[in-house]
Amino acid sequence: MTTALTFALMDAPFENSRTVTMFRIIGAALEAGHDVNVFAYEGAVALSFAKQAPHANAVHGRDAAAENHPLPRVWIESLITLAAARGRKLDWVNCGLCVDERGVAEAIAGVRRGTPADFWKMSMESGNTLTAGTR
Amino acid sequence: MKTLQVLETAYRATVEEQDDTIVWLTHAMKGAGGEFGLLLTGNAVCYAVHGQRAPALALGAWTQSHAADLGADVAALAAGGVPVHAVEEDLEERGLLDARLLEALTVVPRAGLPQLFDEYPRIWKW
Repeated sequence: MTTALTFALMDAPFENSRTVTMFRIIGAALEAGHDVNVFAYEGAVALSFAKQAPHANAVHGRDAAAENHPLPRVWIESLITLAAARGRKLDWVNCGLCVDERGVAEAIAGVRRGTPADFWKMSMESGNTLTAGTR
Repeated sequence: MKTLQVLETAYRATVEEQDDTIVWLTHAMKGAGGEFGLLLTGNAVCYAVHGQRAPALALGAWTQSHAADLGADVAALAAGGVPVHAVEEDLEERGLLDARLLEALTVVPRAGLPQLFDEYPRIWKW
């Protein structure tokens, strides 16, 4: 039996390398056979915003397709797909009040709305919890 | 299972949120049945100073109704059964050891942190 792990993210997208590190740890946890819970708090609720769009980059001399700009919502989709392929659970919960503040209710499929109580419950049911607060 | 919230980042978005987001999160999770302690470190030790109050923001005709009252929010946590600690050296560096501090505050020297951490199976750093 594997241990579930819980992660709390807080930084908004495109702001901090901590977020990328957390995504990599989440991916590694799924690869290692863990169920994973994610609580997205404050700016991190925008990581799953469905309207994130790639763009061209004239400085790089590439159109949108060639630039293939990374989008956190695509990373989450990839992690959800990875979890399914490994037969694991990835429960991604956005803080609902944080979503409302920012107007980012249109999240990708597989992401749900929740509260700090969900974070608390997920943590209590997990082997451990890693938090990455905004600094 | 007890969790120690270790708070270092202070006054982040406190005007927009009208609170500290981690103090608020602790309130919310305690309300959901969680058992917490709060350790103030770094600039967050300023939250333990009694009587601090940010003025309400005013931009043009818009005036904030409820400015953050961080001292009161932390005091409410303590009153609700959340032990509140602050690192002694961080208070001292900021000249706050002699300030009027939260009555329920426990001042912990840095050398005493391992013993404090031993009381909590989970430690979350913010």
